[in-house]
Amino acid sequence: MHALVGENGAGKSTLMKILYGMQRPDEGTITIDGEQVSFRGPADAIARGIGMVHQHFMLADNLTVLENVVLGAEKLHGIGARARRRIVELSDAYGLGVRPDVLVEEIGVADRQRVEILKVLYRGARTLILDEPTAVLVPQEVDALFGNLRELTAEGLTVLFISHKLGEVLSVADDITVIRRGTTVGTVAPSGTTPRQLAELMVGSELPTPETRESTVTREPVLTVTGLHLSGRDADGVSRAILSGVDLTIHKGEVLGIAGVEGNGQAELVEAIMGIRHPDSGVITMDGDDISRASTRARRERGIGYVPEDRHRHGLLLEAPLWENRMLGHVTEPPNSRGPLLTAREARADTRRIVTEYDVRTPGIDVTAGSLSGGNQQKLIVGREMSHRPKVLIAAHPTRGVDVGAQAQIWDHIKEARREGLAVLLISADLDELIGLSDTLKVMYRGRFVADADPATITPEELGTAMTGASAPGAAGTREGEAE
Amino acid sequence: MRAVPMRLDREKLVLGLAAPLLSIVTALAITSAVMGITGDNPFRAFGVMLDYGSKSDSQVWIINKSIPYYLSAVAVAIGFRMNLFNIGVDGQYRVAAFFAAVVGGALSVPGIVRIPVILLVAMACGAIWAGIAGYLKATRGVSEVITTIMLNFIGGSLIAYFLQEGRLAERDENIIHTADIPESSFFFEFPTNPDPVHGTILVAVAIGVLYWFVLGRTRFGFDLRAVGRSEPAAEASGVSVRRTVVTAMLLSGAVAGLVGMPTLLNESGNYGNDFPEGIGFTGIAIALLGRNHPVGMGLAALLWGFLERTGTQLEFEGYDQEIVGVMQGVIVLSVVVAYEIVRRWGIRRQQRQVGEQLAAQSRKNEAAEVPA
Repeated sequence: MHALVGENGAGKSTLMKILYGMQRPDEGTITIDGEQVSFRGPADAIARGIGMVHQHFMLADNLTVLENVVLGAEKLHGIGARARRRIVELSDAYGLGVRPDVLVEEIGVADRQRVEILKVLYRGARTLILDEPTAVLVPQEVDALFGNLRELTAEGLTVLFISHKLGEVLSVADDITVIRRGTTVGTVAPSGTTPRQLAELMVGSELPTPETRESTVTREPVLTVTGLHLSGRDADGVSRAILSGVDLTIHKGEVLGIAGVEGNGQAELVEAIMGIRHPDSGVITMDGDDISRASTRARRERGIGYVPEDRHRHGLLLEAPLWENRMLGHVTEPPNSRGPLLTAREARADTRRIVTEYDVRTPGIDVTAGSLSGGNQQKLIVGREMSHRPKVLIAAHPTRGVDVGAQAQIWDHIKEARREGLAVLLISADLDELIGLSDTLKVMYRGRFVADADPATITPEELGTAMTGASAPGAAGTREGEAE
Repeated sequence: MRAVPMRLDREKLVLGLAAPLLSIVTALAITSAVMGITGDNPFRAFGVMLDYGSKSDSQVWIINKSIPYYLSAVAVAIGFRMNLFNIGVDGQYRVAAFFAAVVGGALSVPGIVRIPVILLVAMACGAIWAGIAGYLKATRGVSEVITTIMLNFIGGSLIAYFLQEGRLAERDENIIHTADIPESSFFFEFPTNPDPVHGTILVAVAIGVLYWFVLGRTRFGFDLRAVGRSEPAAEASGVSVRRTVVTAMLLSGAVAGLVGMPTLLNESGNYGNDFPEGIGFTGIAIALLGRNHPVGMGLAALLWGFLERTGTQLEFEGYDQEIVGVMQGVIVLSVVVAYEIVRRWGIRRQQRQVGEQLAAQSRKNEAAEVPA
């Protein structure tokens, strides 16, 4: 099991793309089993036994697991009983526990990832490339994933994975390659290396911590949510509560962290606060005014900043240049427009300022947002939202897929704004980040808050346990019974 | 550093021109091959076309013909810019032209009042006809492709119903048409030789400028383009996607309403059963060919007019007239393919450049760090 670590934009993803045949190298060679190869496309790589699990899953939600696995590989074992046998065989052999007939939209993130892994195994992969496989998982799921991966390596397969979490890299990898700015800066063995040394190799600086020292929490509430209910239909068309009875208050200068396994209603809560989803009942107030009926734009103009969970889908126009992305979400405010007219010149100037201040690594502001690396895209988004001096920042996974250096910068920006009275709603799957940044922690499970935690005393392990619903046995137990 | 935006701009220009050129060259090659196979000499045909197309009466004809084409293309492009496929421009302009002709024929006021009234009625009718599709899309999620096609047929039947003697039309030998608008209320013309150029060309230019300004320079235009590029991102940024859909359809329909005006106010003076049809579909091809760009669509409209004009001449020279139809079809197909190829190539190129730039920057930084 080989790990590849490096800053955002260091070239990890590019290297992976080359190995998977999605991009062609200008020079250099790739050798598999002593044989030099060159790939014209992913099909060539697959034929050579290389499989890739992308950071953003590539599954069709409305198809079953079986259909997703055979999609594009129908020639191997057909699409019927033979394919099913092979899938069950693989799933059992490596302990993946995949159920072939459920729809992908019904299964959780960890299960989806296992489907992705199964997909590449089904195509006969002997070398697996995983792009940040743990970014979306809670600690228990991470352990399970590494359990699966160890099974694979025990069978003689090779696993190559990219990660930002140095701790887990050191604990599971057999070998670590560090790259920086497109070149290998070192290959280390995990034994005898500390996270600090590894981080220094990566960025040439100290490992940052999200810890906030002094408390800046005031008693002045900025955003309150009371009695929020939201129901939606699941795949069977049955109406089910997504959020029920959610209450929260964020004060000036407070960071309220919400912990929870993905899919327990956090995303919907964020969308309800932003006015993208319309709850069935409940009141949202900001500075004492009821904004429950206000449009998304009105809410943003009032001073709610938004760092969305999925920056590609909700945060950026990938085909538009950076300066147009700088206007997105704030097009009604200066410096982007005056009256109904855009003020492109000022917006461009301000984009240049954001690029400098937030260290967005780009050759210019006319390149499309899609050509930047993930961390730099995120820095642009954070810069854009902070530039409008929000009173409330809704930050969903603000540092997901972001390297150590950029992570520290984003944390600093949040902390600095918090000192000046910013209220933050923080949702994150990175428990260290959650515990380190938050002043108050709430645990969300199946659409309701089931526990409060004190970030000063709780450990990531305890929080991870609470997130599975274990800390609220009454509520969680009965609801579990209903579901089965 | 300062050289970078310049270079990217020039790149944008090259990329913008590469696709149309590539598609026209491909189209010429394929048409030549088709003519070669059918035993005709393609090069003589192109010669005839160039020769005939550059005659001064041809030039006027082409310009006049391209005015409605251009308006139609803009109407389609407004939809394209936000991922709406308004196939109903055809129905919209015919309904609009019909009712505008009825109103124009019924009024007895001087031209200075009559012309604006006719234009406004046309825009309103077109907007309403397209707005139905927009409303259904926004409230019920019905695909605008389906509804606009349906509305084309409904519009056709509606006109057929009213365009009868005793209803809203009168008979003139074999032609049934609405009451004539007096020539005094015609749009002015430019006295060019041998035929005049229609004054409605100014309407087309104004619409082109407005299109460029509203889409590129206003908040509304930004919202509209944002929806076109990514609906979820636009929604999250605070754009009301539904309202934008309805507004864009209304605007597209209003422009579509003008498509029939050059014919009505510069040529026929009435809407009869010989009123031109199918311009709405031509508009789709021209919007594709012109890349939704205000100037590009103008050039594309002229090219279309040129092909139609010279196609008739080819027939006199013993060629099959259908060869122009083949040429147009092949151009549209190669346009779609060429744009996709060039777009992908452009993205790859840009990504590589971003990578190179960053590598160069960091090398420079490192070099600067070493002596310090």
